[in-house]
Amino acid sequence: MLEQSEVTLDELRHLVSNRALEGETMLLNMGPQHPSTHGVLRLLVELDGEVVVNCIPDIGFLHTGIEKNMEAKTYEKAAVMTDRLDYLNNLGNNLVYCMAIEKIAELDVPPRAQVIRVLLTELQRIASHLVWLGTHALDLAAMSVFLYCFREREIILDIFELVSGQRMMTTYFRPGGLWRDVPPEFEPAVRKFLKLFPARIEEYESLLSKNPLFLDRTRKIGVLSAEDAIRWGVSGPPLRASGVRHDLRKVEPYMGYEQYDFEVPTHTDGDTYARYLVRMEEMRQSLRIVQQALDNLPGGPVRSDNRKYVPPPRSELGTSMEAVIHHFKLWTEGFDLPKGSVYAAVESPRGILGVTLESDGGPKPYRVHWRTPSFINLQALPLLSKGHLVADLVALIGTIDIVLGDVDR
Amino acid sequence: MKENLQPVVSAMIERFSAELREFRGDVTLVISPDKVLEGFQSLRDQYGFDFLEEETAVDYWPEQEPRFHVVYQVYSMKNKLRLGLRVPVSGLSPTAPSIERIYPNANWFEREIWDMFGIRFEGHSDLRRILMPYDWEGHPLRKDYPLGYEEVQFTFDAEEIDRNKPYAKE
Repeated sequence: MLEQSEVTLDELRHLVSNRALEGETMLLNMGPQHPSTHGVLRLLVELDGEVVVNCIPDIGFLHTGIEKNMEAKTYEKAAVMTDRLDYLNNLGNNLVYCMAIEKIAELDVPPRAQVIRVLLTELQRIASHLVWLGTHALDLAAMSVFLYCFREREIILDIFELVSGQRMMTTYFRPGGLWRDVPPEFEPAVRKFLKLFPARIEEYESLLSKNPLFLDRTRKIGVLSAEDAIRWGVSGPPLRASGVRHDLRKVEPYMGYEQYDFEVPTHTDGDTYARYLVRMEEMRQSLRIVQQALDNLPGGPVRSDNRKYVPPPRSELGTSMEAVIHHFKLWTEGFDLPKGSVYAAVESPRGILGVTLESDGGPKPYRVHWRTPSFINLQALPLLSKGHLVADLVALIGTIDIVLGDVDR
Repeated sequence: MKENLQPVVSAMIERFSAELREFRGDVTLVISPDKVLEGFQSLRDQYGFDFLEEETAVDYWPEQEPRFHVVYQVYSMKNKLRLGLRVPVSGLSPTAPSIERIYPNANWFEREIWDMFGIRFEGHSDLRRILMPYDWEGHPLRKDYPLGYEEVQFTFDAEEIDRNKPYAKE
């Protein structure tokens, strides 16, 4: 125990203040197995009494080498690994990966597939925000909100199971469209959720928004100014809660987001409560998008008919020799992408999720880099937490909404 | 290319002898390592690219020189513009200037590149490994770093497995 702390201190000598070296302030290890760190995040906290002087995040406990592994798989097989990055935003990860491939291949996505992609990623955004809300409230000792949130999240996961067969690791979006069309039960299931959910949001808000304990724990805690947010590359709800109206769905619309009527909620306070309000409003806006997508769901195919990238449907295999050849080629060696490098980005529930995809002209990605929002947003934690109490540090980890699978990749 | 990106690109080409690459609508400038700091400084201060969105590296091994490319994406919140940059880095003693003083969030990006590719960033305040264990040897995302695998054992004979995989008993 003692030996361990000596090694750590020496290694981090340049990061802590002189007061820590003289023994005036205390160094406290928090995590990686701590329930409030939302996974395996380790924080080395320098404390003056109960006040945080500095906090040094230590990450990498959940590093799985996904980027290296993807280089050894064909494009379609590597898509399976994208689910495992941010395990609360599986469909969003699928989406940005497929978008990068479609950008290099200049592959068109049929309108029906685009609308279903938007619909499902917005449901995913709600599901992710529900987990955030539940755990954030749990960190602040509001236990019941957690149970209510997971009750509704379950409905969304059931919809995902309906369309893809999997609740979380869906891999439902494939290059050029979707894995297969949604079943007939899909529309009534989503309509039922749309009818039920607005009242449920009000229920959460009635538990938290005017709760004096919640207000005390969140107001003026972790104030992030707009300048600092941009300087530190913070994106997503934390950026918008600081007053910067930046949402990739609006500024660089993808998958036809320009056709939907929705607002980008912002707030000017930049504190934990503002981030809470922004995310709650985002859930309502996502509902509006889902409603519009469902009302205007076009018919037609759900996958591109470009046979160099997309395998032919089963029905063609019996009659067409060409279909058999394509089927064989695509499932044995995969497709070759043209040589080049692109950057594709989407607005995930946590912020800007980007992919740098480089192709060397072969069937496997030469290099995939994930610009994950949690990784970058977490970097602002020391800035946010300085001068606050240890108890507030717990609130701050929750408000950044990190997913460790997304941080460590 | 967007219209209002054109003046930035021409200025960069003229001042820093950058090379323009366009691919599928992505505009990328290739710029040499000694001009990186000046280049980013003027991008941020004069042209309003205030948001460092992405920084990573690519390894072109076994090509000898330049072996690595450091890849950046900067974004302008005011003008809604995106610009990519690429910096070739020699494979003999891979070093690149750190842009942490210009964009503070480059700190973790550059730690990750050091961890994964072994590119040193000069002027970085805290260049430690970030994702791999602190005592790890090698840089995993290099192309000459093997992926590693485990052989499947087609037997239930424990002795045979021990013979094939002596490390499994440890």
